[in-house]
Amino acid sequence: MSNKKSYEEINKKIKEGKAVIVSADEVLDIIAEKGITEAAKYVDVVTTATFGPMCSTGAFLNFGHADPPIRMTSVTLNDVPAYAGLAAVDAYIGATETSISKGIHYGGAHVICDLIDRKEVRLQASSPGTDCYPRKSIDTCITLDDINEAYLYNPRNAYQNYSAAINTSDLPLHTYMGILKSNMGNVHYCTSGQLSPLINDPYYRTIGIGTKIFLAGAQGFVSWMGTQFCSGRSRRENGLPDAPGGTLAVSGDLRSMSTEFIQPAVFEDYGISMFVGIGIPIPILDAEMMSNVSITDRDIFTNIEDYSVKRRDKPSLGTVSYEELRSGFVEIQGKKIPTAPITSLHKSRQIAELLKQQIKNGDFEITKPVAQFPLTNTLNTLEIKRKGDA
Amino acid sequence: MKEKWFLTFPPELTEEPVTYTLIKNYDLRINILRASIGLNVTGNLLILIDGTPNAISEALTWLKTTGINVDSGDSQIIWNDELCVHCGACTAVCPAKALSLDPKTWLLSFSPEKCLACGHCIPACPLGAITNQKRRENV
Ligand code: SF4
Ligand code: SF4
Repeated sequence: MSNKKSYEEINKKIKEGKAVIVSADEVLDIIAEKGITEAAKYVDVVTTATFGPMCSTGAFLNFGHADPPIRMTSVTLNDVPAYAGLAAVDAYIGATETSISKGIHYGGAHVICDLIDRKEVRLQASSPGTDCYPRKSIDTCITLDDINEAYLYNPRNAYQNYSAAINTSDLPLHTYMGILKSNMGNVHYCTSGQLSPLINDPYYRTIGIGTKIFLAGAQGFVSWMGTQFCSGRSRRENGLPDAPGGTLAVSGDLRSMSTEFIQPAVFEDYGISMFVGIGIPIPILDAEMMSNVSITDRDIFTNIEDYSVKRRDKPSLGTVSYEELRSGFVEIQGKKIPTAPITSLHKSRQIAELLKQQIKNGDFEITKPVAQFPLTNTLNTLEIKRKGDA
Repeated sequence: MKEKWFLTFPPELTEEPVTYTLIKNYDLRINILRASIGLNVTGNLLILIDGTPNAISEALTWLKTTGINVDSGDSQIIWNDELCVHCGACTAVCPAKALSLDPKTWLLSFSPEKCLACGHCIPACPLGAITNQKRRENV
């Protein structure tokens, strides 16, 4: 038997019911027992997953035409503004957008979930009126089943590693990483660690444009590299970037999603975000892929950044492993500091398990990316200058 | 009249002799149930107090003007496990380890018997899964 497997061979095994599919947690025991080479022959697919707050989330909606028709220029959904600078009845509702009347207690993330739950949503729009679109305003109710296309398009999800957060000031901080207590009272971290998609495929060999994924209960796709895609970071021997690296832009049909795997998140005194569940199968093409998925929380390191420094670059108080973070406390400057995740490992595991079952049942094919991500991207910063300045 | 209070001190007030003032000036009988106070860090005190309704209300006003936050220790924290996604964002802010993640299943569990009813977990939960049944209205 050859030591390499093609996508076709793996899908054939899945169809025949002969494929071995395990989660990125479970594969570790198999590797411990068989070693990388034998495990690579034995296992066909490893499922990875994450369920954490992802601010860069939103949905494109097409409302259909009223009679007489309107070219909507300003749109609200349940009093939450949506972006309508597109064609007549297309709009984009961003998860972090807040309600005009309720502030951060209701926003774009809530609208998206209300749509998924088939609740009625109030649509109000206005327009200057044109020859071809004479109507100047509309006030109506829609449900997900009444409108045309409705798909999630998230520009940046599933970060490959992310820094943990701490606060050295003497006032508590309210952040998208949760409440950071004063005087280094706690450390918060996100990503699902050894179960996280891009941590298991550090060089994006099998995760690229066109990869089919589990997205909030639906079958979605990776549509592009995510924004702030920083694949050119320095990497450890195991391939993992030391700081936030790759990201994914993903899309999927709202109609097949379930609010069990996507939920609004309200961070007090910060704003709205959205918990998004993403699962990605990794085909074990060869021993190198198996070596990639063999990564454990012990091998994943991240910085602890001080969020009390209100600058772009926050100082790091040190590097810790996920194993330490998961133990419930880390030691910094001789102090034992409690740690807490903000990504649900329980939900992540649930998604990895569900994806496993879907593949086993033949409901989910493994896809080869149609284009690979670049490996040398770096990040630009935004400088303040006037037009014409060199 | 008896009440249970949960006091939160800002770091600059940890040297203030609060219990002494409450006893001396307001004639309250005080039973300290739990305390977590260190120099220059946010401190907490869970106390059982006994005094006249008048004295209690005056003591409350004094605490408030001094900059000490008072939550009712009688309020009951309610964790809605149907809304909970088990993220863990509420666990490190809990001073009593009443909210914790199981290190095996990573499911959240709430132990009401350990809870001080300080309410710190309420704003920490992004899902709104933690609420408080009775909260002192005048503080
Ligand atoms: S109120 Fe919340 S934070 Fe405070 S002790 Fe109880 S569970 Fe912990
Ligand atoms: S923060 Fe809320 S959702 Fe997260 S574990 Fe705590 S109670 Fe559950």
